Amino acid sequence: MNDNRNDPDRIAAVMREHVGLMNSAVPWGNEVGFEVTKIEPGHVWGRQPWAENLVGDPDTGVIHGGVITTFLDNLSGMACTAAMTKLRFVATIDLRIDYMRPAEKGLDIIGEAECYRVTKSVCFTRAWAYHGTREKLIATSAGTFAINKPRFGSQSPQGKTEV
Amino acid sequence: MNPNLTNPRADEVDAILKRIPFAQTLGMRCDVLGDEMTAILPFQEKLIGNVTIRALHGGAIASFLELTAMLQVFLVSDMPRPPKPMNITIDYLRQGHAKDLYARAYVMKMGRRMASVRAEAWQENRADPVSAIVAHFMVAHD
Repeated sequence: MNDNRNDPDRIAAVMREHVGLMNSAVPWGNEVGFEVTKIEPGHVWGRQPWAENLVGDPDTGVIHGGVITTFLDNLSGMACTAAMTKLRFVATIDLRIDYMRPAEKGLDIIGEAECYRVTKSVCFTRAWAYHGTREKLIATSAGTFAINKPRFGSQSPQGKTEV
Repeated sequence: MNPNLTNPRADEVDAILKRIPFAQTLGMRCDVLGDEMTAILPFQEKLIGNVTIRALHGGAIASFLELTAMLQVFLVSDMPRPPKPMNITIDYLRQGHAKDLYARAYVMKMGRRMASVRAEAWQENRADPVSAIVAHFMVAHD
């Protein structure tokens, strides 16, 4: 099968086309209110706005770490999908988050996730959350994701998997 | 009530939980008996991460576990305020189904500056955890 050697480009294009659907199909993602802003092969960016109901420290208005975990987990998983040559979804195996500094009250958090290695069954990711630029890091993460086997309905009669 | 079973920190845990907007967004609560605390996350539609398989979102589970770990450190310490997290590592072991989730945390080491905590979340069976975390918190008093 020598078709579509540039498949990650194609997958990223498919993801861009359906980004609204991918956002709205995740209730907990809607609840915390982040959005995906950019998708490239193996690389996904997003924005998490500050909101009162996400505050983890009522004295300072700092957003709770769980919001950042949700955000980076989601972006990392999408970066995996965007790194593969066929449309595959992933499940988080493990994720480590290091908190560098508290997020500032009222400011958007920018998230960036990269899938830097894809094996037969596992993807490896790293991700960053920051204000403005990566110079001002709020958190970093390292994750591993299991590649889900295609679900029923995505197999063609010949047993060849289709996107 | 048997005073030996009552931890004076228990009421404070409850007050902290009520004051944290994000804990209210999750909808979690805690039962405290002495130094033992069980956190409860009643199922809600908004906690879903995958509508097709109706699984809880990993981020919601991790948030719940991080808050549980933080409150357990507070419960067994004499800190005036809940501790700040340094890092957290989450293992996703099984799918979280669309039902209530429970969690318990263990402070493995309470140091002078840092606490190392492990927390596990389960549904039907405590021996089959859905997710587990290891987290470190800053506990310095300054």
